[in-house]
Amino acid sequence: MSQPVFAPWDDPNEKPLIRFENVTKRFGDFVAIDDLSLSIYESEFFALLGPSGCGKTTMMRMLAGFENPSAGKIELAGKNIAGIPPNKRAVNMMFQSYALFPHLSVWENIAFGLKRGDMSKADIAARVEEMLKLTRLTKFAKRKPHQISGGQRQRVALARSLAKAPKLLLLDEPLGALDKKLRQDTQFELMDIQESTGTTFVIVTHDQEEAMTVASRVAVMDEGQIIQVATPGGIYEAPNSVYVADFIGDVNIISGTVKPAVDNIYHLDWVANEAPLLAASERPFSDGQEAHLAIRPEKIAISTEKPTEMKNAVQGTVLDIAYLGNLSTYHVQLAGGQVIKAQTANTRRLSRRTITWEDKVWISWSATAGVLLER
Amino acid sequence: MRRFFLIAVPYAWLLALFLIPFIIVFKISLSDLALSIPPYSPTAKDGIWEMFAAFDLENFTFLASDDLYWKAYLSSLKIALISTVLAVLVGYPMAYGMARAPEEWRPTLMMLVILPFWTSFLIRVYAWVGILSNEGLLNQFLLWLGIIDTPLTIMNTTTAVYIGIVYTYLPFMILPIYAALDRLDESLIEAAEDLGCSRLKAFWLVTIPLSRNGIIAGCFLVFIPALGEFVIPSLLGGSGTLMIGKVLFEEFFNNRDWPVASAVAVILLLILIVPIVLFQRNQQRQAEVES
Repeated sequence: MSQPVFAPWDDPNEKPLIRFENVTKRFGDFVAIDDLSLSIYESEFFALLGPSGCGKTTMMRMLAGFENPSAGKIELAGKNIAGIPPNKRAVNMMFQSYALFPHLSVWENIAFGLKRGDMSKADIAARVEEMLKLTRLTKFAKRKPHQISGGQRQRVALARSLAKAPKLLLLDEPLGALDKKLRQDTQFELMDIQESTGTTFVIVTHDQEEAMTVASRVAVMDEGQIIQVATPGGIYEAPNSVYVADFIGDVNIISGTVKPAVDNIYHLDWVANEAPLLAASERPFSDGQEAHLAIRPEKIAISTEKPTEMKNAVQGTVLDIAYLGNLSTYHVQLAGGQVIKAQTANTRRLSRRTITWEDKVWISWSATAGVLLER
Repeated sequence: MRRFFLIAVPYAWLLALFLIPFIIVFKISLSDLALSIPPYSPTAKDGIWEMFAAFDLENFTFLASDDLYWKAYLSSLKIALISTVLAVLVGYPMAYGMARAPEEWRPTLMMLVILPFWTSFLIRVYAWVGILSNEGLLNQFLLWLGIIDTPLTIMNTTTAVYIGIVYTYLPFMILPIYAALDRLDESLIEAAEDLGCSRLKAFWLVTIPLSRNGIIAGCFLVFIPALGEFVIPSLLGGSGTLMIGKVLFEEFFNNRDWPVASAVAVILLLILIVPIVLFQRNQQRQAEVES
């Protein structure tokens, strides 16, 4: 039995939970968010991804109510939320610094938001217990924030922001302060919690791996604008620009001019005295248009003999080998001077490796391995 | 050995600057008034054994029997307590304003708080005489505005003492509160608002508790010197204000009764030990939380 695919963004009848409509935010002369429109749907795990200063935190602070847009409107469940103070919004935020109250115990921290409503004492206690269980903190309920570890603090912050069962949970770099191993475990924990509570999560991060792991959709931002919104797979396999391709993972960019061949296949003239490369593209290109071919290193094969079955094969010299344990990345310098990265899985032991430094090798890929981009 | 020296230095300091003077004062408080130099007997000149034999608690029983003294202690406690509360009420908003001011303004504001220390304390208190007296600046200003017809009598009342104490010790209140508020992470306030607090509620539930140690430190720094204050009540309070510091001074210099003056000082110190110990505890606890 296959599970139904969760993709409300493809359903035109689905009403978005959050809608940014031509939102602009200025701080003095600085434009933090530039005429941005975006829809986020219920139960999504939505990631805002971008380098620091791209406006992702401003987006989140506008959702939380700490900033108001200079122009445009933000709707939450169909209602314009501009001007509504943070304490009147069904939105909770998990702060980057966690912002745990140092004078209150873990229990009191989680109960803090609940006590602000008109919940009975017994209900508050039950809800806090539930949250403690969800985040595996029952044992630490009586401790103060400075008496627990960083990972536990992160879970307290999560429990506190989830306790009021918000319509929308905002997470500002939630795992930034954790070390790598703990971060990976916590990512899966976050996903489990998001799934079991059904809350809509919006996460802000500069870590592309984190965004790819947890999110149902990722918005890549740059200079106050959204460059692309797509599923992690979509962003990785079909980036819409060199910026996105380069920001997410490792990529080789080969620039040149295109000439249409047959169907969706184009020839890319990339360097003199070399055969043009073949690339498939759904997007139409005109004759002589400038284009960039983006290929992931793992989609490029490396061999000592010229491969016969691949459409694109280029000869080069091995410049560097980066051994990562499970993978090896070969930096291959082509005749024109460009360095292409090719990655192979190390299915054999190191001693059996046939390719080494300064070897002449062939790198090859199929016509559909890369994406042809306009910009 | 190194450890021994590390501990020995502060203890030697304490011994030389606190314990030895205290023992001397305590010894005088046990002796009797005499017309001699020094003006009390017995002294070590009478022989160590004779000296110890002649010690008695007469001065302390005298303090208990004359209601002037316990009234002065109580009045001092009351004045110190009320001044401390007033200093919190005036100092907290100032410290809060400083902590919330733009970063580039803070050193200037800090300077303004410290600046009065550059002038002699005595001159600053005298300056208040010029402001508060019947012909003083304040009364002239209010008369000129037409708010009052006859000058207000502030000089030589307890009100003037409150004004003087709050004015003098305000920086001691502001600085520790400012230090606490300055360390306060802005995102804590935002988190409280995000969890459903209004601005005021967030201030009450987060800002106040987190600046509590600063408030406590400031209160002790005002209360402890205010309790034994002498200059302010004698310059601004007139004869109507009874404060133990003034009584102590008069016993010592007007009556030249060193033994009774010493007994007054010993009791004052015993009263002060309580807040001093509490203050030390507060500082220690704060250091523990921060580490």
